[in-house]
Formats: sequence, C-alpha cells, structure tokens
Amino acid sequence: MDVEFLSRLQFAVTAMFHYIFPPFSIGMGLLMVIFESLFLITKKPIYERITRFWIKIFAANFSVGVATGIVLEFEFGTNWATYSRYVGDIFGSPLAAEGIFAFFLESGFLAILLFGWNRVSKPMHLFATCMVFIGSVLSGFWIVVANSWQQTPVAYELVMHNGIERAVITDFWEMVFNPSSLVRFQHVIFGAFVQGAFLVISVSAYYLLKNKYTDFAKRSLKIAMIVATVTSLLQLLLGDLSAQIVRKYQPSKMAAMEGVFETQKNAPLYIMGWVDEEKRETKGLAIPGMLSLLSYGTTEGEIKGLNDIPEENWPKVNATFQTYHIMVAIGMLLIALTLYSTYLMARKKLFEKKWLLKIFVVSVVLPVAANQLGWVTAEIGRQPWVVYGLLKTTHGVSKAVTAPEVLTSLILFFLVYILLFFVWIYVLDKEIKHGPEHFEDAPYAGFSRKEDRLDSFENK
Amino acid sequence: MEWDFNVIWYIIVGVLLVGYAILDGFDFGVGILHLFTKNDHDRRIMLNSIGPVWDGNEVWLVTAGGALFAAFPEVYATAFSGFYLAFMLLLFSLIFRAVSIEFRSKEENKKWRQFWDVSFSAGSLLASFLFGVAIGNAVIGMNIGADLEYQGTFLALLNPYSLLCGVFTVTMFALQGSVYLNIKTEGELQKQVLGWFKVIFPVFVVLFLILTGITVMQRPEMLANFSFGKIKSLASHSLIAHYSTEISIVAWLVVSLNVLSIANIPRAIAKGKPYFAFFSSSCTIAALVSLFALGIFPNMLISSANPDFSLNIYNGSSSQYTLRTMFFIAIWGMPFVIAYTSLIYWTYRGKTVLNEHSY
Repeated sequence: MDVEFLSRLQFAVTAMFHYIFPPFSIGMGLLMVIFESLFLITKKPIYERITRFWIKIFAANFSVGVATGIVLEFEFGTNWATYSRYVGDIFGSPLAAEGIFAFFLESGFLAILLFGWNRVSKPMHLFATCMVFIGSVLSGFWIVVANSWQQTPVAYELVMHNGIERAVITDFWEMVFNPSSLVRFQHVIFGAFVQGAFLVISVSAYYLLKNKYTDFAKRSLKIAMIVATVTSLLQLLLGDLSAQIVRKYQPSKMAAMEGVFETQKNAPLYIMGWVDEEKRETKGLAIPGMLSLLSYGTTEGEIKGLNDIPEENWPKVNATFQTYHIMVAIGMLLIALTLYSTYLMARKKLFEKKWLLKIFVVSVVLPVAANQLGWVTAEIGRQPWVVYGLLKTTHGVSKAVTAPEVLTSLILFFLVYILLFFVWIYVLDKEIKHGPEHFEDAPYAGFSRKEDRLDSFENK
Repeated sequence: MEWDFNVIWYIIVGVLLVGYAILDGFDFGVGILHLFTKNDHDRRIMLNSIGPVWDGNEVWLVTAGGALFAAFPEVYATAFSGFYLAFMLLLFSLIFRAVSIEFRSKEENKKWRQFWDVSFSAGSLLASFLFGVAIGNAVIGMNIGADLEYQGTFLALLNPYSLLCGVFTVTMFALQGSVYLNIKTEGELQKQVLGWFKVIFPVFVVLFLILTGITVMQRPEMLANFSFGKIKSLASHSLIAHYSTEISIVAWLVVSLNVLSIANIPRAIAKGKPYFAFFSSSCTIAALVSLFALGIFPNMLISSANPDFSLNIYNGSSSQYTLRTMFFIAIWGMPFVIAYTSLIYWTYRGKTVLNEHSY
C-alpha cells in the first residue's frame, strides 16, 4: 500500500463521511425557513413546535458536519501537498472565500438560531434562520466552485515558480463561473434539499406509525413532501444538464458513465448493465439512440468512446458506470415515490396507507445514497486526473509523508468516525423518541429590561 | 517591493491568527479548566459559557487556513505535510472537542457525561499544546530541503524548545479561559475561577520570561527587527532595509503593550473590572502573536538546514494577480465578519445562565 492509495482512501473516507451531514443541514435549513415563516404568518403554536423540534435535530447534525468538515480543508495540505503547490493559486481562493462569506455568516447566526428563541424577537429569529440557510448554501457554492475547477479547469496559465511548474489564475470570475460550476452547484444543492426533506418525512412517518404527535407529524410531512416532490423532479433536469457538461468537457468520464467504447452515433442509454473492461464491451438493458438524443437532441449526435482515449487516461469504467446508474435509478425511484405520495396527498389518502409510511421511515437512506454515489461518480470518473487533463492524481501526493503515517491516520479516522456515527445515530434516535412536546411555553422576547429576561430564566 | 500584496497578506494571515488565538483561545482555556469543576451544574455553565460562540470562533481557524492556502500555498503545503501526524492529532482533538459540546447534554447518564467531559477537556488541551508546538517549530526552524519539503521526522518536531512553546500556549489559553470565565460566571463558581487564575497567572509570567530568554539565546536573529538595524535578519526585505528604525519602534511598542497588558490583567481583576481584564489578556495574546510575526518576517517557515531554503512571503506566495484579487475579496468580507461577530457577542453578553436550550 503506497502513500497515493492510502491518501486517496483516506480522502474518500473523510469526504464521504463528512458528506452525510451538510446535505441534511442545507435541506433542513430550507424546511426550517418554511416552517418558521409559516409560524410567523399564521401565528399557530403548532408551527412553533414544528420549527423548534427540527432546530433540535438540525443542531445534532450540524455539529458533526462542522467537526468533520475542518478535516477536509487541511487534508489538501497534509496529504496532497504537491497538488496544493500546483493549484493553490487557484484552488485556495474559493476555500478562503468560503470562510469569509459563508462560514462566518452561518456560524454567527447559528448561535441565534440554536439559543436565541427567547433572547431575540420573532422576526429576528426568522432572519437568523434564513441567514444560516443562506450561509450553508453559499458554502456549498464555493466548495462546488473549487471542485468544478478540478473538473473543467479554465482561466489559468502555467508558470514556473521556485523552479517548479504551477497553474495560476488569469481571470478570477471566469474561474469561479467555470463551465460546470453553476450546473453542478444547483445539482448538489437540490440533492441536499431532497435529503433534508426526506429526513423530515422519515421522522414524521415514524410518529404517524406510532400514532404520536399526529398533527405535528402530518403538517411536517406534507410540507416536506411538497419540497421533496418539486426538488426530486428538478433533479432530473439538473442531472441531465450536468451530464451534458460532462459529455462536452470530460469525454472520458462520460464514456465511462455510460460504458461507451466505440465512438458512435445513435448511442444507447443503459437502464442497467455491466461493463467488461477486458473485452471492452457493455452488456445490459438499453434504450437505443437515447444517449445521443439526450446529449444532442438528435440520435445523430456522436458520443466519444473510450477506444479513442489512451487507456492510461481511463477511469475505472465499471465502477463509474455502476455508481452513476445506481444514482440515476435512486433518483427515478424518488420521483416515483414522491409523485405517488403527492397524488395521494391531493386525494387526502396519504396517511391511510401504513405500508407507505413504513417505506417513508426507511426512505431517508435513498437520497443519502444518491448524493454519495453522485459524488463518487464525479470523483472516480475524473481519474486518473486530479485536475482534468492537467494534473494526474499520482502527481499530487505529499512528498514529505510516509505510508505508515497515512495508515496510522487512516485507521484512526476509521475508528473515530465509526464511534461518531453511532453516537450521532443514538443521539438522533433519542431526540426523535423524546418528541416535539417538551418545549416549555417560554415567554417570548420583547423584554425591555435585562433584569426581566434573566428572571424569566431563573424562575423555571 | 516595499508595501506589496505579499506583505499585506502576511498581515492579513497574522490578523486572522490573532483573532483565532484570542477567540478560540478562551474556548480552549475553558476546556482545559473544565475538569477542575466538580459538579454537573458548574460543568454545564462552563460549556454554555462558550456554547453560542465556539463554532464562530473556530471559523477563524478555517478562514486562516483558507487564506494561507490561497495566499501562501507553498507554506500551507510544506507546513501541513511536514507536520503530518501533528496536524492529524490536532484534527482529532478539534473533532472531539466539537462533538463533546453537542453530545454531552443529550444523556443524563453519569458515565456518558464523564466521557464527553474528558474528551472535551483532553481535546482542548491537546489542540492548544499542538498549536504551540507548531509555532515553536516555525521559530526554531525545521529541516526544510532545497525542494521546500520537510525532510525530518515527526519526533524531530517534538524538540525541547517546541515542547516548551506547547506548554506555554496551554498556560496562555488557560489564562485567557479563566479571565473569560470570570466574566461569565458568578457566585461560588466565580470564586473557584479566580482561584485558578491566581495559580495560572504566575506560572504564565514565569514561562513567558523563560521562553523569551531561551528564544533570544537560541535565535538572536529573531531580534533583528527590534534592533534598529544592528542585528542582521535571516532574510532581507526592502521594508527592513529602508524602515528599520520605524519597524523597531513599532516592535518595541508591541513589547511595551505586551508587558503592560500582562501587568494589567491581575490589576483589572483585583479592581473588579472583568471586561478590562479580558481586554488585557486578549492584548497579551495579540502582542505575542505580533512579536512572533515581527521576529520571523519576511520568513514564514525557517529552514534549519539552510537559510536559503526557508519559505518566505515571496517564494511561498501565490501570484500577484491572486493576491490582489483576494485582497479585495477579503476587504469586502471583513466588515460583515466583524458585524456578525459583534452581534453574537452582544446577544449573549452577561453571565451564563442555563435554560432549556443549553447544553
């Protein structure tokens, strides 16, 4: 096991584990904004309970996201120092911007979101919730910008620095709005909306099955279902736009995603299949001509095949194909599930079907899996490049780090993250079982004097 | 090359580190002192005194890391890969500290709480120590080769000077934490906090003197920017060449500020001015980081193998275009950052009280 392999594995472990949490935060952020707005508009106490309960769930999730996120920012330096030297001029900028524009906003207003219910006025609290949501979306924006530049590098030139070649920016905004960043940003954020909505759906369905907090659960579930339906459908469109960018700028990734070896017109779209990399063929259930049609609007569109790309520049074809296809399949399943549920909801029959509620309870794993697989497709499909067409992953590893060192940290990450995962599940389970009924009817803000406010706490 | 963007970015990274050391410094301090409290109520007060702010404080580190990556990628790469295991330990400490704050309150069980108390405190202690060790190595010099890569081992980073810096940082943050807790606590707990302060402060002063003495003996070049041009610095810079008098005056002003602020901490506490004491201990930290920055300028990482292999603000930096662009981005962002930070500290001013939202 060499440093490169171990570093890739460590990055995969730490990034994938981290990415369980931010989509929940982003998606639940949107729902909390909706719930709290409804509370302020309708003034119904039920929406207060809904808002405050989901804030609790959000908090447990957010802190693990923060704790595991800090690892990633430093890992570029620890494990990918040569990469950092090569592209730091470009890649560091969005990370710095993320800190300045997103994290300060998010963490600052988080304090009010989590602890400020009785300390600030209602509109101020809603404002804080909106700011946390916007902060989390902005952080998604900057990190996708950084990653998208790795996928579709533009606005750079190669110069010599300290006798070593490196890439430097020629136009900052062109780098920020590189060909794939906006489409991928939307695809990522809507994926997060789906994931957050399904957490709310899952927990609400659990309450309905237990016949507890039914008013609370029904209202939460309905709103989350509408969000999930709209965002799942939009994901289809955004996914298609994203794939078109891949086809245009990353032909080797596209060919691997669809298992295309011969450059061809009238290329088929596989529903499912298996790629034999030895024999260079893909077998499975396919719609003839569909890939060309989706890519170009005509079956005459030509898709570049892997045979026209040097084999040393291929990604792992079957792995890319499978992760991509499972992601698409889950996306389709989610569309079917949400459309059917919305149809039942419109006919006021949604809550009668126990089997459907049972599916809802476990359904939260689907968007989590889809979001993970989408990123895996994007990252392994880009291989062997770390910056597509510019720098190979193998040339990005740290020179000062040894394999035993990486192995040590990797094992520690495994152990610590397994512990964190189970504690997180345990805490979440406890919060859910505790339910939304225990909030005290604390008097609202609007105290004119400081002493009043302190008294109101101490009297409890 | 007088006032160029490299110098400005050196200052910006310095300001971010000062902000981080002051703010997360008291978080770490509270963590280091956490286990000295004996009952659950007091421990909750400790945790909740930093509850609403620790996350925002940690953002200073994230942003400093991002700024270092963007402005000085070579320094970022050399330091982080060179300090590999130390940084990994730091990351684990930060992870445990963060989740402990969140998880501790979720269960009444005594063993559960004990576990997260220990992990919160150990994480804070180890993180503070490792920051000090990193700074110590930057001062004493590390084995950087011609390819700008660290050539040494993990154990070489644990040299006596750096270990002393680690212990000093722990003491400094414990001091900052006790001064902060003096603002946030009342009654018996506050008395206990003042008791800790009375132990920590003399230890801090003694370590400060020892460390200053050893630094001057081991690294006389650190005094170059304090010497009105009499001592030759490790690396030349036109600012140093042209303005050695002005720089030295500023440097000595910082030294005076440092001495005055240290002296003022016990004075302000004795006079019952906790905010003034906190201001003084924050000035102490700011002055110490500034002295360190003045001492090594224009270097950022000193090579013990050959001064030519040191990373400075030129061979370690990004292109002029990036430095300029990111400067304007930082200038746009800073007012917002200051606004949010002030808002939060204003909202959560006063003594820490427990309520249903507390950890």
